[in-house]
Amino acid sequence: MFGKLSWSAIPIDQPIPMIASGVVALVILGVLAWVVLAGHLPYLWREWITSVDHKRIGVMYTLLAMVMLLRGFSDALMMRSQQAVAFQSQGYLPPEHYNQIFSAHGTIMIFFVAMPFVIGLMNLVVPLQLGVRDVAFPTLNSVGFWLTATGALLVNISLVVGEFARTGWLPYPPLSELTYSPGVGVDYYLWALQISGVGTLVAGINLVTTVLKLRTRGMTYLRMPMFCWTTLASNLLIVAAFPILTATLAMLILDRYFGFHFFTNEAGGNVMMFMNLIWAWGHPEVYILVLPAFGIFSEVVSTFSGKPLFGYRSMVLATMAICVISFMVWLHHFFTMGAGPTVNAIFGIASMIIAVPTGVKIYNWLFTMYGGRIRFDTPMLWAIGFMVTFILGGLTGVLVAVPPADFLLHNSLFLVAHFHNVIIGGVLFGAFAGYAYWFPKAFGFRLHEGLGKAAFWCWLIGFYVAFMPLYAVGFLGMTRRMQHYDVPEWRPWLLIAAAGAVIILIGIVFQIMQLVVSIRHREELRDRTGDPWDGRSLEWATASPPPVFNFAIPPDVTGEDAYWSLKVHAKQQSLGKREPDYKDIEMPRNSPTGFVCAFFATIMGFALIWHIWWMVAAGAIGAFTTFVAFAWRDHDEYVISANEVARIDRANVEERRAMTSLAEA
Amino acid sequence: MNILDPQGPIAAAQKTILIDSIGIMLAIVLPTIAAIFAFAFWFRESNPRATYQPHWAYSGRLELVVWSIPTLTIILLGGVAWIGSHQLDPARPIDGTGAPVRIQVVSLDWKWLFIYPDQRIATVNTLTVPVGSPLDLELTSGSVMNAFFIPQLGSMIYTMNGMMTRLKLRADNPGTLQGLSSHFSGDGFPNMMFDVQVVPQLEFPDWVARTAQTDRVLNAESYGKLAQQSVETATSTYRLEDPRLFHAIVTQQIPAGPGPKLTSESVQPHIGDHDVR
Repeated sequence: MFGKLSWSAIPIDQPIPMIASGVVALVILGVLAWVVLAGHLPYLWREWITSVDHKRIGVMYTLLAMVMLLRGFSDALMMRSQQAVAFQSQGYLPPEHYNQIFSAHGTIMIFFVAMPFVIGLMNLVVPLQLGVRDVAFPTLNSVGFWLTATGALLVNISLVVGEFARTGWLPYPPLSELTYSPGVGVDYYLWALQISGVGTLVAGINLVTTVLKLRTRGMTYLRMPMFCWTTLASNLLIVAAFPILTATLAMLILDRYFGFHFFTNEAGGNVMMFMNLIWAWGHPEVYILVLPAFGIFSEVVSTFSGKPLFGYRSMVLATMAICVISFMVWLHHFFTMGAGPTVNAIFGIASMIIAVPTGVKIYNWLFTMYGGRIRFDTPMLWAIGFMVTFILGGLTGVLVAVPPADFLLHNSLFLVAHFHNVIIGGVLFGAFAGYAYWFPKAFGFRLHEGLGKAAFWCWLIGFYVAFMPLYAVGFLGMTRRMQHYDVPEWRPWLLIAAAGAVIILIGIVFQIMQLVVSIRHREELRDRTGDPWDGRSLEWATASPPPVFNFAIPPDVTGEDAYWSLKVHAKQQSLGKREPDYKDIEMPRNSPTGFVCAFFATIMGFALIWHIWWMVAAGAIGAFTTFVAFAWRDHDEYVISANEVARIDRANVEERRAMTSLAEA
Repeated sequence: MNILDPQGPIAAAQKTILIDSIGIMLAIVLPTIAAIFAFAFWFRESNPRATYQPHWAYSGRLELVVWSIPTLTIILLGGVAWIGSHQLDPARPIDGTGAPVRIQVVSLDWKWLFIYPDQRIATVNTLTVPVGSPLDLELTSGSVMNAFFIPQLGSMIYTMNGMMTRLKLRADNPGTLQGLSSHFSGDGFPNMMFDVQVVPQLEFPDWVARTAQTDRVLNAESYGKLAQQSVETATSTYRLEDPRLFHAIVTQQIPAGPGPKLTSESVQPHIGDHDVR
């Protein structure tokens, strides 16, 4: 009846997961109870859960990322504290638990923190920057988000019911095959990623189509803000790379569920084929994450320097070069497999070549600051912190791209320090910069500056204290994923690293405080101009938060930095006082399709993990029926009348004009 | 285990490449970081002496420089990578003072088996080699993947079931080194440390003779016991019954290790099994 599921799947005898999940369950139940009792459920359902508005979906993606960041970071704290104490002892985490923690940490941070964070920001901002009213496929967008949430939910269920993978964030066979991992851990990993992978793929298709097909009048490709270019590149990579991930994991699923032999030791299976395929996705994935961050930094550096981006065309070229080359370097993840020297050298050099466009970007940001009038608001602090930190990450990255050096450093904590250096210093700093930069646009009030700066300094210092020791201990030969160790020289470095993790924890506490304080003081922090940072691109041309239709009149673009030139012209000719000709606007209707689909996908995923076949069928039929019902709809849009548009827009213009004249007086 | 303190020619050459590469990159990275701080400081909004150029966004000459600096660096480093990869190919033969010693390495769950086919002996979790002799290693795995790594001798390399990798090393100073697995392989992974005894050339035959006197024999049967998942805290030595044992492992005539013992709770029923729990 319930497949492999029985009461023994719940680890009642293990206090750590039970307490952790107990706390999480209490918080979730508490929030749900509050929502229902306070009568917020209809509002949430109408305005958020079923919303197909790209801004709302973007906010939900970002929120998911931030919640999962807390989970992933708790894992990190446990790893750092375990390695701090597990010298010549077992520490406090047995291997079967420790191995789950580092696997979950990597999986969560990549798939459920970094990915939703950048996709959320792209969703929120790109249509606004392009001057359009929505994304190309609004309902598909909602489906993509909810499927991602399904994946995150399944990973968290594994905390209480059963176990998570113990194989690392990429489940290398044969360790991940049934022979060596007979439990459900790898299955949780596989189905969580298959389902959220579909969500990511549709998000990618949606954003590529949006950038290619929906741009306002005059927004030619070479007038698009840099963030739109990096979004295009990143999503092209998603569309090209995620099917490889899906196919690879599907092969492992066939091995585990149907006794196939793609990657087994026996019957001609080839483990190295898995490594080739997973990294053919995995290396582009790195650029899927970091390219949007590059876009965010381009916007931030240019805005806070009060100048256009230096070498815009050069930046576009560099972005697209990275997009293409990122597919040709995957083998550098396993130089140590004993391939010939020519193969290693070619892939090593290809990997180094990516450093050229990346270096160009750094110099272009540098020259954007040159001759500027730099304001050090929180987003700009993140950007400068990023530039310095990322250069070091790039240096160590190019170092491990030299095969003979990699023969000493591969899989060591040096490597761990390197990829945290680029992912924290690049992707996460970028996401935080974007969060601080666009928060006023999304919600109509700024975040508290002081607490934001405190959080930045804790993160920056904490990062260096936590990861520079890992570089050092990598030179001392320490390899990654060690649950305990006996080498005395390693210990002091691991103690320092643990202290660094605590400093980052303080940074996260500041970030939570910042959000709470900002919401409580939102009236003082309100942004009435829609343009709190003296921005340059079109998202600042509309109100904060923007009306559901974004722009009452689609803006006309005549050059780069569309909104900046609009502002300059408005000042020179005191234009913008003529009442525009408002028209009816058609907007897509809200749809529960995404949520309902994800509900059935969750049931199906859970049932597949536990081999409950009737429930698999129920989930599959439910999801398919939802899709058919959606396909049969005949009212998919509603009309906002010209009068209503005029009313909303006049109010916004009035408010903005009042603020501007106040500022000028 | 400090890789900056190499004890053999391979590790020493790799360390040189590592240090040189860092040096080449620091030569452009440090000025760039300095420029970031300098520009950010000088062009701060509150500095009245800095000139604001709100429209300056292109300079062909600077673009040329901006593309050239990383390109030239990478050309230089690419040369280092190309030459280094060929000179330090793990399978490339190296010179030495004594006769080459052939060692066959098998990673097991979770221990290392070292077979000396010419000496007809084998050891677990301890490796003894003569100083100065070229070490001719052939490596495979008896179960999941691992990586063989003696940090102070250099060149880690994967061990994979059904496949053989080759590695040539040399230890130049007598003493004790440490080796480990540098690829995660399951619950007992952190216990896959082994010590490396580098002994003088003349002592090596003595050690071989002593080891050959052991009453434990390594054959298919005792290998089967070793292949069971376990953590070995002590080292052990064997006489080798058949020098073709390694060949039998690589060619999978001896099947890969069995993985965890299945308890009733972890048994995974396949589709079609009716589990009525």
